[in-house]
Amino acid sequence: MIQVMLWLPLAAGLIACLVPRRFAPWVAAVGAFLALDLAIRLVVDFDPDVAGLQQAVDESWIPDLGVRYQLGIDGISVFLVLLTTVLWFAATAWSAVRTPERAKTYFLMLGLAETATLGAFLAQDLLLFVLFFDLMLIPFYFLFGSWGTEHPGREGEGTIRPSAATIKMIVYTLVGSLLMLAGAIATGVIAGDGTPQFSISELAADPLGADSQRWIFWFFAAAFLVKMPAFLVHGWMPDAYRVAPLPVLAVFSGVLSKVGAYGFLRVVLPVFPDATIQFQEVLLCIAVASILYGSVMAFTQTSGRLVAGYSSVAQLGFITLGIFALRPDGADGAVLQMVNHGIVIAPLMLILVILADRTGGDDVTRMGGLAMRAPVLAALFLIVTMALLAIPGSANFVGEFFILNGVFQAKVAFAIAASIGIALAAYYALRLYQHAMHNRKPEGIESREIGWREGAIVSGLVACIVALALYPQVILERADESATAAVEATKTEVARR
Amino acid sequence: MTEFNAPDIDYAGLSPIIALTVGLVVVLMVGLVAKNRFVNAYLTLVALATTAGLAIWQWGEQEDLVAGALRLDELALAAALIATFAAAVATVLSIREPAADEAGHGAFAGLVLGSVLGMTVLAQAQNLVAFFIGLELLSIPLYVLCGSARRREGSLESGLKYLIIGSLGSATLLYGFAFLYGASGSTDYAAIAEALGPGGEGDDTLVLIGTAMAAVGLAFKASLAPFHQWTPDVYQGAPTPVTAFMAVATKAAALIALARLFEVALGPVAVDWDAALAALAVASIAVGNVGALGQDSIKRLLGYSGIAQAGYMLAGVVVFTEVGLEAMVFYLAAYTLMNLAAFVAVVARERETEHGDDIRALEGIGRSRPWLAWPLTIGFLALAGFPGTSGFIGKLFLIEATVDADYTWLGIAIVIGTMVSLAYYLRVLSAVWMRPEPEPLPAIAGGAPLSTIRDTEPGESGAPFELPRSVARGASRCALVVGAGVICAAATIAFGVYPDPLVDWASAAGESLAPFA
Repeated sequence: MIQVMLWLPLAAGLIACLVPRRFAPWVAAVGAFLALDLAIRLVVDFDPDVAGLQQAVDESWIPDLGVRYQLGIDGISVFLVLLTTVLWFAATAWSAVRTPERAKTYFLMLGLAETATLGAFLAQDLLLFVLFFDLMLIPFYFLFGSWGTEHPGREGEGTIRPSAATIKMIVYTLVGSLLMLAGAIATGVIAGDGTPQFSISELAADPLGADSQRWIFWFFAAAFLVKMPAFLVHGWMPDAYRVAPLPVLAVFSGVLSKVGAYGFLRVVLPVFPDATIQFQEVLLCIAVASILYGSVMAFTQTSGRLVAGYSSVAQLGFITLGIFALRPDGADGAVLQMVNHGIVIAPLMLILVILADRTGGDDVTRMGGLAMRAPVLAALFLIVTMALLAIPGSANFVGEFFILNGVFQAKVAFAIAASIGIALAAYYALRLYQHAMHNRKPEGIESREIGWREGAIVSGLVACIVALALYPQVILERADESATAAVEATKTEVARR
Repeated sequence: MTEFNAPDIDYAGLSPIIALTVGLVVVLMVGLVAKNRFVNAYLTLVALATTAGLAIWQWGEQEDLVAGALRLDELALAAALIATFAAAVATVLSIREPAADEAGHGAFAGLVLGSVLGMTVLAQAQNLVAFFIGLELLSIPLYVLCGSARRREGSLESGLKYLIIGSLGSATLLYGFAFLYGASGSTDYAAIAEALGPGGEGDDTLVLIGTAMAAVGLAFKASLAPFHQWTPDVYQGAPTPVTAFMAVATKAAALIALARLFEVALGPVAVDWDAALAALAVASIAVGNVGALGQDSIKRLLGYSGIAQAGYMLAGVVVFTEVGLEAMVFYLAAYTLMNLAAFVAVVARERETEHGDDIRALEGIGRSRPWLAWPLTIGFLALAGFPGTSGFIGKLFLIEATVDADYTWLGIAIVIGTMVSLAYYLRVLSAVWMRPEPEPLPAIAGGAPLSTIRDTEPGESGAPFELPRSVARGASRCALVVGAGVICAAATIAFGVYPDPLVDWASAAGESLAPFA
């Protein structure tokens, strides 16, 4: 079943290339829907009491190089898979409603991107993981570069062109990814006896020596931190976020940033336990710096896209913080927060499209008064905003609570610093909402209700937010076993030595 | 001493060489009579297909030929197959090439076949004399081919430059061989290895000088830095199908011959050369990738990128393990496919725009010419080592080999080189997909230098054909050219998704070399 789900979006994309132009969007949308359907079944069939892999597939792929085609899901990945398919379905449906030019290539790339992302979440072989991780970049390179729009940029910054911004993004992320590739190969060759050994579970069962772990750890950390992006390696983010086509940015920001955080839980903690313990505080520092820097930047930006972008930096900081608390509650919170953030940031991006339709750009200082004739839009936007600032009662609040709880018990100082971030989040989220929806309406801006098709897609995502707020347990109880296993691996490893 | 013992002649083992020689003569002769460009191309393809078929037939044989001067094994046959494939693609690309029209199709195709013959001999050589014969047989036709667009100054310059630098390389190599002969008293690889090995009477100084000069000579041929300076100029000046052929086939033959020379004959003194070759590899990776950054000419860019790629592949020889050699052979095959896929669009656009091989010629073809743009894109993504292509598997294989042999730093050098390379590969791709196609230039007299040079003026031409512009324009839509690109690109993807057959093929080639057998 997971195999079908994995390859279906790519197949749908290829079929979309063959059918007449008119039908291409709908073929892709049906493919994305079927993948979503399969993902829902995966969640329903998921057994919460098992810490190990479920639905595992294990085939030989390149025997001479020791690479296996190994897939499977566990409590950490199952909801990320669901998140991926939900957001991709939303983005594909959105693009089908508002078909871009050169639709066939667009939907092929979108399908390829979904397959690659699902592959990264499902892969249980280290090299297969790296392969899918790198493969994700190709479709986004084309999607951002070809369908992106020029952005006027800040004052004195000049116009930002999609092609330049995209190359910057790719170079940044691939530098990390290639280091990870080298690290992965080194891990497999050192661990293997004769033929390299890349299976994550077997690497975790018998980790490398502490000296090797120490340098390979940073190769992996580089890839994941750039992807998130974390503070200091976020340089590609502002340009890429401002030129990207928004429906694509919804899945990019909603899912791809999570692949980095997921990589820490899936690969780094189990495979490099000694290095994880050793560098725990360095990573916590980076996480706190991301939270504070992201939040502060988010409330100084005038571009709506950048508010969302920097808030992602802050949110991913929280997730990293939870993971590197190295405690079960922190890791549970991190998994929950990954899903939360994805499901919040995607409708926010789609709402930015609607705002741009009415105001001609994403500069929030030039918006205003949009709520006047659009109560539904205002209500949807308000729910998204509340979730973004993690108001008590939202699932985001639960996630951040778990994370901070974990960090408090592990390292108090980091938790105190991080909690400032929550207050800042309230400020930038409300500022975005107020500027856009309230205040006096400037000349040349029209307050219009959201169209029913767009409204249906956004409401679907908002319904997910509400559902999660009502019952976050659905994720927590399934993630608990696997997340606990991931962080406990670091403890038992060190105890064994 | 009246009896003369002629060596046994193994016709089956020599059959690929014989087929090439016969094909060469036939094509040359027919070219004198038949003035139809398709007849020549067809005969050339038949000769190449026969050669490839015979090579596949001989696959798995391992024996000495011609009194031990040549070695028939999978490694040599792998080089022959790569060279014939590259030649076949080059033949298809050159069907309407102005240079081939000027030089005469028979001569042009004959030279290509002669060069393939040289490559086959070179890859099989296990004797210093046979090695040198193969190398010259490879090089001399290429000097001529580079200069075959006689009406274009750049082409003549390219041919002359290649002749001078190539001769310098050959002379250095030959001088080095003399020292090796002096040190070991033999020209035969096995005897050299024995003389240099423990208990042999090899002379250290002579061996060192000989090895160094042989390495320098081969570095000229395989365009390894710092002996690469000719590469971008020659690549840019030569007719593009010739460049495409040279970029892959010469590299394959030279690297495989280098592997055989160093790992068989000089294997016992590996400690003398491994650091030097590692330095060459790192220098090539650095120079190639940095040099390609600012290039606007795609042929120059691919020239520099080829230097870097040769550096990656040389790492497979440096590690001196079976896995290393297998990785190199795999990468050579993958590189052949992806580089040719990239060249096809350059050839096609060169004929239909005013911009020649400038990056502007490729702008916007993602919209207007998807069948050219996709193979180009796949080729460039593979060169940059993106997953889903054989380029990724090739890099994976090479890095695994370096780490396995405790040359991790060389693996990291490959990775860093790849990072730099993204900047120029992606620059081309963004021109292809993210820029609008430029408006065609107005036809002002003298305003389009390249096109005026391409046009043959009737009357005063010594060329057998006249090539009106309209023909050159229509030709670009030729299905054969596009088809060649699509095949290379499809194979690049196929071997990226299911690399097993190619891995097995490369493993067979790697295992066949004496030190690892």
